Amino acid sequence: MTDDERIAEELKRNIFLTTVDRIYDWCRRGSMWPISFGLACCAFEMICAAAARFDLARFGMEAVRATPRQADLMIVAGTVTHKMAPQVLRLYRQMAEPKYVIAMGACAISGGTFRSYSVLQGVDKIIPVDVYVPGCPPRPEALLHGIIKLQEKIERQSVRTVPWYRKA
Amino acid sequence: MAFVSDLFVNSWNWIAVQLARFLPPWAAELVMMFAGVVVLIAFLLFMVMLLTLLERKVVARIADRIGPNRVGPFGILQPLADTLKLIIKENTEPAQADHWVFRLAPAVAVTAALMPYAVIPLGRGMVGTDINVGVLYVVSISSLTVIAILMAGWGGCNKYSLLGGMRAVAQMFSFEVPLALCLASVVLLTGSLSLVSITEAQRELWLVLVQPVGFLLYLLCGIAEANRSPFDIPEAESELVAGYHTEYSGVRFAFFFMAEYINMFTVSAMATIMFLGGWRGPFVDQLPVLSVVYFLLKVHFLVFLMFWFRATFPRLRIDQLLSLSWKVLLPIALANLMLTALADKVAHRAGLSRMASAGLLLGSNLVLAGVAIATLYLVYERRRAPSLSRRYEIHWH
Ligand code: SF4
Repeated sequence: MTDDERIAEELKRNIFLTTVDRIYDWCRRGSMWPISFGLACCAFEMICAAAARFDLARFGMEAVRATPRQADLMIVAGTVTHKMAPQVLRLYRQMAEPKYVIAMGACAISGGTFRSYSVLQGVDKIIPVDVYVPGCPPRPEALLHGIIKLQEKIERQSVRTVPWYRKA
Repeated sequence: MAFVSDLFVNSWNWIAVQLARFLPPWAAELVMMFAGVVVLIAFLLFMVMLLTLLERKVVARIADRIGPNRVGPFGILQPLADTLKLIIKENTEPAQADHWVFRLAPAVAVTAALMPYAVIPLGRGMVGTDINVGVLYVVSISSLTVIAILMAGWGGCNKYSLLGGMRAVAQMFSFEVPLALCLASVVLLTGSLSLVSITEAQRELWLVLVQPVGFLLYLLCGIAEANRSPFDIPEAESELVAGYHTEYSGVRFAFFFMAEYINMFTVSAMATIMFLGGWRGPFVDQLPVLSVVYFLLKVHFLVFLMFWFRATFPRLRIDQLLSLSWKVLLPIALANLMLTALADKVAHRAGLSRMASAGLLLGSNLVLAGVAIATLYLVYERRRAPSLSRRYEIHWH
């Protein structure tokens, strides 16, 4: 096999994989179903983002699933107390891969104003967070911006490197 | 032109003729049978995709939103993205699940949903087999869905899914009775159980014009039978997480999703055939290819009604739902059946013309509707809570 042929071979394989990647990312990006999940005041901004004026449905995201098994995205909207933290962790573990997390609002990011014995100082202490949306509360536009950032992140993923096909 | 005027049937026959040239007759028939099954399933899958997109668009419009518009032009690729994503998604299975039952349930659900299409005529001359007990077949197959749902509820080893499964059984059995009675009055009028000849019998007059009450009852029961909102208590997320499919993810959930939409399509198709004249419409005899168009238009109109219901009405409670079926719908359906039989007999005995007997039937139906509404009003008016002004003895001057 000459070098040219080898390069052509290599190229073909890569091109094939990029197309797989594109479809793989395109469909996950286009249909992220969030789990219905609201913890505190930020939840109302999330609900507002799904309602008439901002309309999450445009991104194919109005199919809010009640069960974690069918959801792809967890929007942690609000204060995570120490009492609630085990449930949040449990719901996250019950979600089927691929799954993503958006931490919405100052409370979910860092505990916010509540520097107290009862509040978890940031949800990223217990589950991995993909996108942080700051604000108290963040406006629906900010949440939409965060969702678009998450979609961009998904677009950069590749079947070869995503963690959920690796052996544990 | 002659070929195009009956495009689907003619191309089907053409393929059969071409096959018969180089295959023995039994092989050609076998191939055509399998081809028929494949074509039907592909058609239904396409319909499911279309319906999911339509539902999201219609409900969004009713809620003053836009609906999916980012995936593909105007969002038309949204169902494709959803399907692919569900296929990619991990298949979770609870450790304590009843594994065989858990894995089998989605397949049973889809199979039960697909089976009625063996006898449903989708256009002139476009029917799998025209068996002479078609209506009976469809009704009995639709109760298979109950078993699939019960299997799913049991298999998941989850209290919510079990509750959802139990509710689904209670609901579907109670609505099957008035539904079958409505169909029985149609069978009484057309004198046949075959879906093809029921369509034929409505050449001059759609049955909805002589059986408006039957049609409305059928539509209500059908929506409940397909577990659609406002009767979707088996999967009410405010009480039961997601009902019987709580533990399902990925492809298996997609199967249940598919079965639900196919059931919805079946209910509308049956209502179209029994009451709206099936594929009949103007110029069908000259241009048979139009029959498919008419059929799909009518079915989609009914499906649209279902979406509209879903966007408008809140969900019922389980006790309200069951008492609606047993205390309201069943008596009306029974009375409808008896009245129809009576009016039909009278019309025959008196030797009335077709139009006159249709008028008699319609009249008796309307009287029934009036009596039913009056009774309901009297019964429920007494139970209603007194109005605020009366309760607090406020007098507005
Ligand atoms: S970030 Fe602000 S708005 Fe959001 S939950 Fe915390 S206190 Fe409420």
